[in-house]
Amino acid sequence: MTWAVYLWQLGVCLCAIGLAPLFAGWVGQCRALLQNRSAPSLWQPYRVLRKLFHKEATLANDASWLFRGAPYVVFAAMVLAAAIIPSLTTELPAARVADAIALVGLFATARMFMALAAMDVGTAFGTMGARREMMIGFLTEPALLMVLFNAFLMAGTTALPAIVQNTLTQSQVTLHPSLAFAAVAFVMVLLAENARLPIDNPTTHLELTMIHEAMTLEYSARHLALIEWASWLKLFNYACIGFTLFAPWGIATHGVSPGGIALAMLALVAKLAVAGAALALFETASAKLRLFRAPEFLTMAFLLAVLGLLVHLLLKG
Amino acid sequence: MPAPTFSAQVLQTLAGALLLISFAMLAERRSRHLVTLLIWQGAVLVTSTLLVAATAHLPHLFFSAVLTLVLKVGVLPWILLRLMRRLGIERDNEPLVNVPTLMLVGLGLVIFAFGLAQPVTALATTVIRQTLGIALAVILLALLMILARRKAFTQVIGFLALENGLFFAAPTTTYGMPMVVELGIALDVLVGVFIFGVFFFHIREQFDSLDLHHLESLKED
Repeated sequence: MTWAVYLWQLGVCLCAIGLAPLFAGWVGQCRALLQNRSAPSLWQPYRVLRKLFHKEATLANDASWLFRGAPYVVFAAMVLAAAIIPSLTTELPAARVADAIALVGLFATARMFMALAAMDVGTAFGTMGARREMMIGFLTEPALLMVLFNAFLMAGTTALPAIVQNTLTQSQVTLHPSLAFAAVAFVMVLLAENARLPIDNPTTHLELTMIHEAMTLEYSARHLALIEWASWLKLFNYACIGFTLFAPWGIATHGVSPGGIALAMLALVAKLAVAGAALALFETASAKLRLFRAPEFLTMAFLLAVLGLLVHLLLKG
Repeated sequence: MPAPTFSAQVLQTLAGALLLISFAMLAERRSRHLVTLLIWQGAVLVTSTLLVAATAHLPHLFFSAVLTLVLKVGVLPWILLRLMRRLGIERDNEPLVNVPTLMLVGLGLVIFAFGLAQPVTALATTVIRQTLGIALAVILLALLMILARRKAFTQVIGFLALENGLFFAAPTTTYGMPMVVELGIALDVLVGVFIFGVFFFHIREQFDSLDLHHLESLKED
């Protein structure tokens, strides 16, 4: 029985690694359709990965081990994060070791290595991108933590599987105004963290506006592939965190059975399809904010999350 | 603590929405969007009043809801939009304080309001008493908006938002004011907006702008 659980854990990780490019492809396709462009294939991200893995890697002369190692660290951090998030089942051995705060720590580790690697080669763009990324990061992290605290307060625990259990075992339908606040804040954090439109444009290579792209400019071949894959995984992870906090329906809770997992898988794909379409719609409808407006956007997210906490405390008493 | 009834939960959610709209108003720069937010606030108010009327079986609150619908979702925004077009104001200046700071101050006000409402709500008997804190917060946030804006037009919108907060407090905490009082307030607000409209034109005629900063000096330089 115990071995089965570990096998499922491995399965969940592999599922996240495999599905993440598909999710990115789906978002790209929706975006293209909404913008009246002919859409790329759903499998485009996989083709990009294959192409990049077959190329020969070139490194700058001044690149140190940090630059070479960072893609692996970032990718590993994202896979670990995927192992903690109960996207399919709550029976995750890894989730018992690390709670949601550790999850935020994992994201922070990935961000730090990314920024250090971007500064390592010493190009102006990399440094600029790293600085901007850190600025966005220091604004999103507290907001993300506050969003998570909302869920913690409601469930009385910091473990993500327990939060899912708690939401799913509630007998009657209850409306939580505080969760609504937290959900809006979470969407804002998701957009900012994943270099999405109001903050950063994931498809731009326009010098002055890019943030995430500026950091990856020096990478090529397998390093670039890993970084791209990690950023898709990050988006996937964020979507899954959103599902566990606000829409945990379908996640297998009582032990692991192939049937339950299949059902959870179906639910996950359906939820991802809806979330991807919504993300594309939002991105098409909004214009990029000036960089100096980004703090305003993220203060709003922080504020909403804190308001959620306050409203929860007020309405409970 | 017994779980609140479903209608009370909906009411709490509406209260949350009202608070959210108040913060959106605090951050919004364009006058047109401010009027839209005001309409939304009115709509939330109508829904909450209807809900209280239906659950507490208070027929006079239905009249109050209809009055709110006509006045706050219909007439007042229409007048404001007309005024806006006539005066040619599209966007307000930046708030006096930058928006993130304003938000944090607003957050402080919300905590203050919640703290203030705590002892009152502990004594209250109605099921939906917890919303008093939110109504207070909405009022304080509207006051903050009046303080932080420069243009007369936005300040009037702040005033109307303040009034919305008061109207939200009334049905949810005391099951509504007497009809005479309610009608009186409604008429006052209507006349008030008319007078504000006249004032706008006077201010603009005098100073070529609706910026109240011009009113600060007594003599012409």
